[in-house]
Amino acid sequence: MAKVLMKGNEAVGKAAIEAGCRFFFGYPITPQSEVPEYLSEELPKVGGTFVQAESELAAINMVYGAAAAGARVLTSSSSPGLALKQEGIGYITNADLPAVVINMMRGGPGLGTIQPGQADYHMCVKGGSNGDYHNIVLAPASVQEAVDMVMDAFDLADFYRTPVIILSDGLIGQMMEPVEFNYSPKKDLPSKDAWALKGKGKGEKHMIVNLNMDAEDCENHNIALQKKYDEIEANEQDWEEYCMDDAEYAFVSYGTSARIVKSSVDTLRAAGYKVGLIRPKTLYPFPVKAFKRENIKKYLDVEMSMGQMADDVKLACNDVNKVAFYGRTGGIILTPEEVVEFGKSVMGGDK
Amino acid sequence: MSVVYEKSKGLTDVKLHYCPGCAHGIVHKLLAECLEEMSETENAIACVPVGCAVMANKYFNFDAIQCAHGRAPATATGIKRVDPSKIVITYQGDGDLASIGTCEIVHAAARGEKITTIFINNGIYGMTGGQMAPTTLPGMKATTAKHGRDVKVQGNPIRVSEMLATLDGPVYIERVSVTTPGQVAQAKKAIMKALKVQKEGLGFGFVEVVSSCPTNWGLTAVKAMEYVKEKMIPYYPLGVFKDLTGEGK
Amino acid sequence: MSTQRVCCAGFGGQGVLSMGKLLAYAGMLDGKEVSWCPSYGPEMRGGTANCAIVVSDEPVGSPVITSDATASIVMNQPSYDKFVEIVGTGGTVILNSSLIESKVERDDIKAYYVPANEIAKELGNPKLANIVLLGALLEVDKTVTEESVLNAFTKVFGENKAKFIPINKEALAKGAEYVKAQ
Repeated sequence: MAKVLMKGNEAVGKAAIEAGCRFFFGYPITPQSEVPEYLSEELPKVGGTFVQAESELAAINMVYGAAAAGARVLTSSSSPGLALKQEGIGYITNADLPAVVINMMRGGPGLGTIQPGQADYHMCVKGGSNGDYHNIVLAPASVQEAVDMVMDAFDLADFYRTPVIILSDGLIGQMMEPVEFNYSPKKDLPSKDAWALKGKGKGEKHMIVNLNMDAEDCENHNIALQKKYDEIEANEQDWEEYCMDDAEYAFVSYGTSARIVKSSVDTLRAAGYKVGLIRPKTLYPFPVKAFKRENIKKYLDVEMSMGQMADDVKLACNDVNKVAFYGRTGGIILTPEEVVEFGKSVMGGDK
Repeated sequence: MSVVYEKSKGLTDVKLHYCPGCAHGIVHKLLAECLEEMSETENAIACVPVGCAVMANKYFNFDAIQCAHGRAPATATGIKRVDPSKIVITYQGDGDLASIGTCEIVHAAARGEKITTIFINNGIYGMTGGQMAPTTLPGMKATTAKHGRDVKVQGNPIRVSEMLATLDGPVYIERVSVTTPGQVAQAKKAIMKALKVQKEGLGFGFVEVVSSCPTNWGLTAVKAMEYVKEKMIPYYPLGVFKDLTGEGK
Repeated sequence: MSTQRVCCAGFGGQGVLSMGKLLAYAGMLDGKEVSWCPSYGPEMRGGTANCAIVVSDEPVGSPVITSDATASIVMNQPSYDKFVEIVGTGGTVILNSSLIESKVERDDIKAYYVPANEIAKELGNPKLANIVLLGALLEVDKTVTEESVLNAFTKVFGENKAKFIPINKEALAKGAEYVKAQ
């Protein structure tokens, strides 16, 4: 398929359709409104269904229903809207149902700003609803990667029967880049017939349960969830390394921040600094395997937040003193220049 | 010996946890009988609420999902849109439907979702222990309105059937009760009709059941029936509030 | 390694964003790495609008341009200060002199003044002002080829707008012609 130039928000919608998703339930919010706008037009053309829900609460509970009925289903939102969806995400997680949720982040807290941000790391990676749980969280750094990750997300969701969150931001949602769509399932996906609500027919009835009155049952269910997370942590860590072969210092950055940091790495390399970049592509599971290195003097965590991922970097490298942080927040997009200055300040001034 | 009465095949043999004098058991039975008589038990999916009926999935002998508090109409929308050939029912209490889930029921009704909602209105929060509901009558006591609901302080009850009947989306809305054999028979007719409205693809059907909560009302089962007749029904009059089926009453 | 970093700025409705899309799409058709990044929010509802386009031989790092642009196309006076300043030393600024009275005082950049509204009016369609300015930029900077811009036209505006390709080609030529004389 030839490349086309597409806006991130529209491209993720098309990616969902290419991956076989036929149901979208959502609510408008800047800077992701082109996702529902695009799908309201395109889903009916392929026999799909688009519903503009009355709220984010309703939208995520429509997703809960559609997922329970065995469909590939998508919703999208941006930070304050994702906050509203947390309750439903917790229910879908607890019920072992697959769904894909896109978050085109903006600055927060509260209404915050409509400009791009990365301050929902804690909410999405640590589990913003109640209880012991995780969702798989994928962080694209380009429109093409957002497309590829949306497609993978449907497979991961079906394979592990869990919600998958695409944690992107308003910049990737709003910008246009060349993209191509090549979906092929990467996993051997199990049938949904054993649990999906389709009417019991001549068989046993299916129940999607969310309440365990018995505490032991609830604990056992939690233990089963944790086993699933162990498997995800063992098998699904993903990251990119850039200029890491001889690096003595490593930036750690994801999504939009990471592509800005890449420009800064080029500048610093040209100035003689032995610095590279570790870019987590999965935020949950966090790619701890990427941090098993003896030769790195410092990790330079760079985010468009006040350092939410830095804690995970400290845990991954097992040394709180090895991690320096620089970030901008509230909708400010980092510039390569300020990241270069930060890098120099950590690595010891001009060479 | 000939069989003169059998429990509906739409119910399991799990023992109900409901209190004596509570209407849930009767309404569960009516719903199960209607589905069985329509030959839809194998095709039905129930969306059960947070509230006393949260375990209804164990009693219904058909597919079911436990929904987030108030969101059953949204979850039902998701299920029905995936496969419109299914019979999708939400079964909700007054706290669930008329308080936290007001938005969801109003919009599902306004969209004309082809689902059936059964709304149990007993004017109190049962499962959590007798707190004030949006449908608690003026002067009626609750654990969060110990001296009786003062409308100047706690606001007025909501008549959901009348409110939903102002919308263009719903096809059929009726309020019934189940305190007498006659009322039970009428309630069954209403539930049957609301399900048929769905089956024929006509649209949204809604049956409100004026119900009882002897435990949290502090009454015996018999006194609770009298309370429904003397206090609840005068405030929540029974009848058809909307019928676009063309069948009249 | 060549990287062109172009800003387009003006009023909403002047075709600032679509001019940028043409440039980015054309870059892609030329086989380059490209990105198009708009300002968004309340300002897209009637106020000023701008977008940043990167056309490069390498994968695009930051798609945002806050300084060191290689070129700016400035379509109105309110955008003048910011989008002249954003151009780096040796860069180009194409100004719509129909709506901008200011003259560029910097001597480290090349400035071209094109009365795009008047030229567009002469062509019979005032909406072509953006294309006239784009023609001027292509003449000066060769950011992308004119052929690719014309090939990108239906990709950006839809197949049903193909009938406007000849007049747009003329608008590109008029803009180019105007700056050649400067």
